[in-house]
Amino acid sequence: MQAPFEPLTILIAEDSAADRMLLSSIVRRQGHQVLTACNGAEAVEAFRQQAPQLVLMDAMMPVMDGFEAARQIKALAGETLVPIIFLTSLTESEALARCLEAGGDDFLAKPYNQVILGAKIKAMDRLRRLQATVLEQRDLIARHHEYLLNEQRVAKAVFDKVAHSGCLNAPNIRYLQSPYALFNGDLLLAAFTPAGDMHVLLGDFTGHGLPAAVGAMPLAEVFYGMTAKGYGLSETLREMNAKLKRILPVDMFCCATLLCLSFQRRSVEVWNGGMPDGYLHCVASGVRTPLPARHLPLGVLSPQTFDDRTDVLTMAVGDRVFLLSDGVIDTCDANEQLFGVERLQQVFAANHQPATLFEEIEQALRDFRGEARDDVSMVEVSLLEAAKLTPPALVYSDSGQSCPLDWSVSFEFRAATLKRFNPLPYMLQLLLEVHGLRAQSGALYSVLAELYSNALEHGVLGLDSSLKRDASGFARYYQERNVRLDALHDGYVRVHMQVVPKGEGGCLAIEVTDSGQGFDVTRVMERPLDGVRLSGRGVSLIRQLSRSASWSDDGRTARVEFYWEALA
Amino acid sequence: MSVVTEVSPDGQKLTISIRGRFDFAKHQEFRESYERPDGQMPSSVVVDLKDATYLDSSALGMLLLLRDHAGGDNSDIRVVNSSSDVKKILAISNFDKLFAIS
Repeated sequence: MQAPFEPLTILIAEDSAADRMLLSSIVRRQGHQVLTACNGAEAVEAFRQQAPQLVLMDAMMPVMDGFEAARQIKALAGETLVPIIFLTSLTESEALARCLEAGGDDFLAKPYNQVILGAKIKAMDRLRRLQATVLEQRDLIARHHEYLLNEQRVAKAVFDKVAHSGCLNAPNIRYLQSPYALFNGDLLLAAFTPAGDMHVLLGDFTGHGLPAAVGAMPLAEVFYGMTAKGYGLSETLREMNAKLKRILPVDMFCCATLLCLSFQRRSVEVWNGGMPDGYLHCVASGVRTPLPARHLPLGVLSPQTFDDRTDVLTMAVGDRVFLLSDGVIDTCDANEQLFGVERLQQVFAANHQPATLFEEIEQALRDFRGEARDDVSMVEVSLLEAAKLTPPALVYSDSGQSCPLDWSVSFEFRAATLKRFNPLPYMLQLLLEVHGLRAQSGALYSVLAELYSNALEHGVLGLDSSLKRDASGFARYYQERNVRLDALHDGYVRVHMQVVPKGEGGCLAIEVTDSGQGFDVTRVMERPLDGVRLSGRGVSLIRQLSRSASWSDDGRTARVEFYWEALA
Repeated sequence: MSVVTEVSPDGQKLTISIRGRFDFAKHQEFRESYERPDGQMPSSVVVDLKDATYLDSSALGMLLLLRDHAGGDNSDIRVVNSSSDVKKILAISNFDKLFAIS
């Protein structure tokens, strides 16, 4: 395509007046504007003043020669291409080469040939335009890139506020994420439940960039909202899946592993949908138990077909759960070989200092691939003594003037409800309307949760807690729980709560009754309050956290009380 | 062509063969392979991964789009000839719950 003719402003620097006039008239005839200079210094000054687009430069001139003038003009022009054609009677190659070295773009031998001069001006003009276009596009791309980075900064700042409202800085969590992992679809969240358990989510959305990041916000909101209200993994998962299914396009989903670490029960509950194997590292035995993906990712299945079944494993104090994103094992080397699980396990085996595990994995990836990927996320969560962790106090905004102080309420949850519904968050919300109980919300929730799960698991489902004596029995117990719950037709759990004022404070009594067989109360009460065994921990927990815990009706009814004094 | 389609003579079976890396770069071609101009969708679809070397999460998304297009839960889609690496990726994602994989 021929560019339309645009007249140029051309500077002619030539000390011979005759040559200068001759050149000027040729160039003018070709339709261009002409500026003239008699030596190099004048040429530089003319360039500075009038910014011509092209220069015809004699090499040999008084005051300042063409070489020096060319250097200065090129320096002044900066990135803009101002073509300089040297006019020269020099013929030896060395002199011609000097013209180009000084910044000249071409040369024209004297005597001048108009046709060749015209053609060279055109050719140089093409180059000049090309350079201008390249610069313009480069600047445009740079501007867009700047916008994009700024948008990412803002989005990240907003998201960090959301993500860091959790407890990623808890002393038992170590994690590694590239600063912009969010824009690779990686997501890491952690939060305490009201009972002091810890929920952790490591997720990986399909795709990259902003599309991968948009799903993170609703997912985080559901995660934090439901965890804070005391919902378990199953309900939270169902809600997250339903939400993502509803809002994401068909080809977008989120691989995720969810953990619930219970420091009091010393166990971890796991749901893995589409993430690489996580690992439970038993420090005493050195064994790493894989936590494989048993489910489709979040946002794929309809709410009706979604599978929220979890696995429960025991942990000892100091044991660790390690999760990672597929950026680790899918790292490719130059021959498209994957880093893979075996190489990861070799790094595990060679690791002696837990604190350096992440660095060792990163190093292994660099050695394998030659450079680090920016979509590698890893997190390690360890089980501490329950007392070593202090969940942050909940913040309430209401004044307490309308706090209910004298009431009672009864619920009966029957089979179809027991299967899917978790009434604990609802009941806790209700109780926390009583200001005096808020300071003990953790203990309250723990006790309520233990009473309810005892009534459901040992009462209604008839599960024997002695199954939980060892680690394998522990896993079997929870499998059996799922099976029996699925098959449940009859049975109930009744909860009666009564709040009465007492002086300036008050008292809450909770009674939980189930339709099960009951148990030998005397025998269980004789056990010491040790809390170290895997089984029967619920009862000793209840007795430690509440006042005057008692069982009646052959163990079918449990009753606990909580007291509070006048509020400051 | 890295995505090749073939419809059986009776028009009942659509075979889509992928060559090379199955990733986002094939998005357009893959969609065109099953979105027919006449709007007809054969009752069964076979995705042949014999010559596919790699599969990433966007390819999983594309398979979901195909499944959706072919009738969702009522679709009949088989993913055949997957290499062991590809099978691993499909297994981690538990896609065997949605597709018949061999």
